[in-house]
Amino acid sequence: MPAAAQGSDTLVVVSGQTINSLDLHRSGTSRASYQVGVNCYDRLVSFGTKEAPGGGYSFDYGVVEPELAESWTESDDGLTLTFKLKPDAKFWDGRKVTAADVKWSFDRAVSVGGFPSVQMKAGGFVRPDQFEAVDDETFVIKLDFPSKLSIPDLAVPVPYIINSVEALANATEEDPWALEYLHMTPAGSGAFKIARWTPGEQMVYERNDDWVGGPLPALKRVVVREVPSPATRRALVERGDVQVAFDIPDKDAAELAETLDVFSTPVVNCMFCLCPNFAFEPFQDPDVRKALAYAIPYADIFQAAAYGRGVPLWGGEEEINDIAWPRKSQYYTDLEKAKEHMAKSGFAEGFDVPLSISLDLVSWMEPTAILIQEALGQIGITVEIEKIPGANWRTASLVEKRLPLHLETFGGWLDTPDYYFFWAYQDGHLFNSSNYRNEEIEELTNATLHMPMDDPEYAPKIKRMFEIVLDELPRIPLYQPALNVAANGVDGYEFWFHRQLDIRPLKTV
Amino acid sequence: MLATSPRLRATGLRIVQAIPVVIGVVVISFLLTRALPGDPAVYFAGVAADADSIEQTRVAMGLDKPMAQQFLIYVGDLLQGDLGQSLSSGRSVAEDLAKRLPASLELTLTALLLAIAIAVPLGVLAATRPGTWVDHLCRVVVTAGVSLPTFFTGILLIYVFYYLLGIAPSPLGRLDFIYLDPDHVTGFYLIDAALMGDWETWRGAAKQLILPAGTLALFTLAPIARMTRAAMLSALSSDFIRTARAAGLSNRTVLFRYAFRNALLPVVTTLGMVFSFALGANVLVEKVFAWPGIGSYAVEALVVSDYAAVQGFVLAMALLFVALNLVIDLLYTAIDPRIGFSSK
Repeated sequence: MPAAAQGSDTLVVVSGQTINSLDLHRSGTSRASYQVGVNCYDRLVSFGTKEAPGGGYSFDYGVVEPELAESWTESDDGLTLTFKLKPDAKFWDGRKVTAADVKWSFDRAVSVGGFPSVQMKAGGFVRPDQFEAVDDETFVIKLDFPSKLSIPDLAVPVPYIINSVEALANATEEDPWALEYLHMTPAGSGAFKIARWTPGEQMVYERNDDWVGGPLPALKRVVVREVPSPATRRALVERGDVQVAFDIPDKDAAELAETLDVFSTPVVNCMFCLCPNFAFEPFQDPDVRKALAYAIPYADIFQAAAYGRGVPLWGGEEEINDIAWPRKSQYYTDLEKAKEHMAKSGFAEGFDVPLSISLDLVSWMEPTAILIQEALGQIGITVEIEKIPGANWRTASLVEKRLPLHLETFGGWLDTPDYYFFWAYQDGHLFNSSNYRNEEIEELTNATLHMPMDDPEYAPKIKRMFEIVLDELPRIPLYQPALNVAANGVDGYEFWFHRQLDIRPLKTV
Repeated sequence: MLATSPRLRATGLRIVQAIPVVIGVVVISFLLTRALPGDPAVYFAGVAADADSIEQTRVAMGLDKPMAQQFLIYVGDLLQGDLGQSLSSGRSVAEDLAKRLPASLELTLTALLLAIAIAVPLGVLAATRPGTWVDHLCRVVVTAGVSLPTFFTGILLIYVFYYLLGIAPSPLGRLDFIYLDPDHVTGFYLIDAALMGDWETWRGAAKQLILPAGTLALFTLAPIARMTRAAMLSALSSDFIRTARAAGLSNRTVLFRYAFRNALLPVVTTLGMVFSFALGANVLVEKVFAWPGIGSYAVEALVVSDYAAVQGFVLAMALLFVALNLVIDLLYTAIDPRIGFSSK
């Protein structure tokens, strides 16, 4: 029987990704599952909203807004954060949200290990004894050092607040954090509850009318359907049988933009780049790396791989006047310059190198690799394209860091340049797949990572960091990718750094 | 009882013979999944995992233990009916298979029935009227069927019947979201909905089935039609048909009682092959129609080195094939009394 007639307060979303758990803290939880953390749970704080380039809205990293916390204060030394919870906040079962719930949830996030603990660490949260529930509505965090990343790190999906009484009632001795229970049964206070979940097929959200974390959502019911084929997703949203097609390919976005509302928001703090590995001898030569940077056919890649969606990252000013990141490099396509650098280098005769790409990301990596192969062939570098299965890609590129020349995609959740540098340019860190090490970068990144952005020393240090990495080129920026969303009869779409759909601000038109 | 019924005894024997096969499948699937490239611990540790959290994930997944010990744990669990936990879907493999295998079987069986309904009469007609338009039609359909890849046919059918004409329902899997799933009895939505007497859901499920089943039928009818035509041709030209005609038997009797029944054996053999082939190969149809079947499940599990899910899939398919071969052998004896189990 029809479960509900479709009305203006119901919305259908299609996505190609699989939700495999309702608990982000569990190991193995897929990226698509983070949307449950966003829509069903609350955090203490959230980010504001601003208009986004490419249409629609975006989160505003510069504005932190209350979600479950009514207000908060920071001590003068920056080591103590005190939060006052909203007195009327309730979990779905009607119980009041207390500071004890916040403490239990934060203890869990730093204790379960894996990704949640890594993300908590970015804000300076590592041990349960840093968290204290003073009374029902007062929660205190003690930091080991002051950091500008602490408060923003409380607005990412990880530190969400769980109904600890319900969770503990279902915890066991082997499973003290109720990972098994919350995996299938969320227990939160967020804007939406899960009405039904059929893994691999669909998720049905139902509004929580008592939500106090923000303005009550306009939609009562949201159905998220999993449709693996992009062509099918496109047909569905064009026909208007579904209202949102989330994360569509650049090609479809470019073609649909004429008939539907297509939001192509550049992904913050993210760039697609070509990485020459310093462990591979020819790439230790700075002239070889500069030759690469002048040989790349940037504009062709941007058209063929991204269909013009995103932001170009080439042909910028060499002089650095601002601290926006990603920034346009000073390089552009000039084969003569590339040849000059090759001639100056110790490898004037050229060399052979494999260019590795991931089979999971062929949609942009394959055209990019072919164009690079062709261009490098003209300056004497013989490139062979090596396709690596998705399951092996992370191990080869990020963990073993053994790919001589490869494409890379890191994007930082926290939108500051130093955070990107921490992950991608510091020696030994996960996304530094080029095995790059520069003593000054090590020192400057450590110095800026927790420094407030209005500190007078911050901007000069960041500019120096930009200067070094754009000269030494362990990562050659190609373009900043976009997250594409097609909407047919929906308003209020907001882009988030976590690249999942926040259904709370959406409304039908 | 066993001694008196040769068929029962032979069936029992065949099931016993299947045991070493299943044991072999268990060992090989275990070894093969371990030989897959990639490190599942790295994959499942998440996007920003460092060396410590990868190691924690490896321990949590039990992958730090020696291989022999992992195998013993796997077999021990298997004997208790536990197929393990799929990491990519987050549920137990047994649950996933119970949900997805019926979806694939319902699609494949519907497609196969559709293919038989078209291919067998087409093949018979083509054989009895060689060189006429029916024969040419048969040839065109067969060639188109094998040469059009299923994902292409699928997208084409969606484009024409859903996008342009708007007569097909949205290609959103087994049931549009406005319906609730029927209560789980067999997992076949058509049967379950009929058992509940909920004909509205039954129609909803049937509508969703038409396009994907049609796509798959177009692909599978080709070998069936060709085999029917060839087998009918050779049967019709054999001596006993000439004798039957000379004896003045009616055309209908000659065609159906003597020729067709003899031609059925190779057709049934082909059917068995086509069925097993289609069940594994309909991944692309499943992807295009968002059908939550076993093929796309296995492929996704393979891509992320989800050991338990891959092993569960291989084991389920092996058991299915053993059962299928048994059914086909039994069908042989029903069709042709000359084939007896006693001779085997």
